[in-house]
Amino acid sequence: MSYDKPLPVIDHDSRPYWDAAREGRLDIPLCNDCGKHHFYPRTVCPHCHSDDLKFDTISGRGTVHSFTIARRPAGPAFGDDVPYVVALIDLEEGPRMMSRIETDTPESVQIDAAVEVTFVKATDEVSLPFFRLSA
Amino acid sequence: MSNGRDPVIVGVADSALADGKFVKNASVLGHMALVAKAALEEAGLSLSDVDGLLTAGMWGVPGPGQLPTVSLGEYLGIMPIFVDGTNIGGSAFEAHVAHAAMALEKGYCEVALIVYGSDQRSLRSRNLGGRPSVLGMQHETPYGMPTPVGGYAMAAKRHMHEYGTTSEHLAEIAVATRKWAQLNPAATRRDDLSIDDVMNSGMISEPLHLLDCCLVTDGAGAIVMTTAERAKDLKSKPISVKGYGEAHTHWTVSEMPDLAHLLPAKQAGKTAMEMAGVSHSDIDVVQIYDSFTITVLLSLEALGFCKPGEGGPFVSNQNTAPGGAFPMNTSGGGLSALHPGMFGIFLLIEAARQLRGECGERQVSGAKTALVHGTGGTLSSGATVILQKD
Repeated sequence: MSYDKPLPVIDHDSRPYWDAAREGRLDIPLCNDCGKHHFYPRTVCPHCHSDDLKFDTISGRGTVHSFTIARRPAGPAFGDDVPYVVALIDLEEGPRMMSRIETDTPESVQIDAAVEVTFVKATDEVSLPFFRLSA
Repeated sequence: MSNGRDPVIVGVADSALADGKFVKNASVLGHMALVAKAALEEAGLSLSDVDGLLTAGMWGVPGPGQLPTVSLGEYLGIMPIFVDGTNIGGSAFEAHVAHAAMALEKGYCEVALIVYGSDQRSLRSRNLGGRPSVLGMQHETPYGMPTPVGGYAMAAKRHMHEYGTTSEHLAEIAVATRKWAQLNPAATRRDDLSIDDVMNSGMISEPLHLLDCCLVTDGAGAIVMTTAERAKDLKSKPISVKGYGEAHTHWTVSEMPDLAHLLPAKQAGKTAMEMAGVSHSDIDVVQIYDSFTITVLLSLEALGFCKPGEGGPFVSNQNTAPGGAFPMNTSGGGLSALHPGMFGIFLLIEAARQLRGECGERQVSGAKTALVHGTGGTLSSGATVILQKD
């Protein structure tokens, strides 16, 4: 089945992140100078501006910082998903990322809820990190 | 300054709309040319006097809109010697006033034209299908975040979580703004509106309802600035630009430093008010970008009109409506008057008209000092201008 939703246009900054996601890992940059993680992946650390970075496999655990339940889709490709939960996840390691929360009951999602990553295969090249509410 | 180069606004104009669409048939550049002429005519100036050109827009991309001042200058048949195509979203025009003010103060130009136009409603071209999934957006667009409403919705949700703000609080803003629109014959939506109507208007992106969102209309607007010295010989009554400030923090929503507190507005407002030497009690009328109801509430707090978290109670009991203690968005705003993609120039036009005392039924009596605050992107940028009549 073809995938008709927008796919990431992968670049040199993000390639290792998407490669890891395809293999079921959440890898994000860690700065060798200031010791902080960041997201989305950049070539220069947004905290201390060092370019001495490496990709680090993180826990995949976090909490919901905020979210919205989309009652209208972001374009026709998302029409079958409505209603769906788009959320900002505060990762245990510090950074915040946007994702989706996979749930059959969008109304059950709350700010501060514990979540963990799960990977949703879009194509052979791309798996998207989604999150689900922790048991 | 006291060398006569203090920046002033000497002309404003906007285009006539019917049901949110241009009345006259012209290209988007044609509409900009027409409002430019009208704004210049107020001052007794013409396009041949213009030596500073400032614009931002979404037309002609990819193509001539990628270099918007160049394409617009060509269309107008002028050769500007100061240009600014700063685009920080809907707040760009507040930043343009700031940049034109600096150019005028420095003697870098004499007559600056700020202009905007969009025929998105007529063309049905409003892009609600998500932003291209490149660079930072490759980490947001694939998730189907409704743009731009989703980011505003998440900010609203967070503000509700931290402070107990309610959907009724947000609806107060939509209703008060509609009451102003009912006093403005040029406004697009003038039918009665209640809190219940907003609450029952259908959820778009929780917690924002349809009527928490701005209109989608056409529109063109222009502002002409010059120096106080030059204005002495012109037809119109000059409005002084007393202070300005700008800041931005993020494009992707995940990088917004604080969802419940608008840092660009806090910074821009502080800079502008300090430059103008005014305090909150000096402000007679306020125009705040209302892309969504939550935009206004966050801006009011960040600009210091109320404390963080107190925006809900502040806008309650129709405090910002006609007859309320805090006259705000007196044209009917982006929520009820017009919203052609980038609304910031229309905030400035309404503020200038209020200070000139031209607003008829919606005139704020004795208005001498106005604060205009634009927001652009997804709560990304803020730019503030303080205007005063002498």
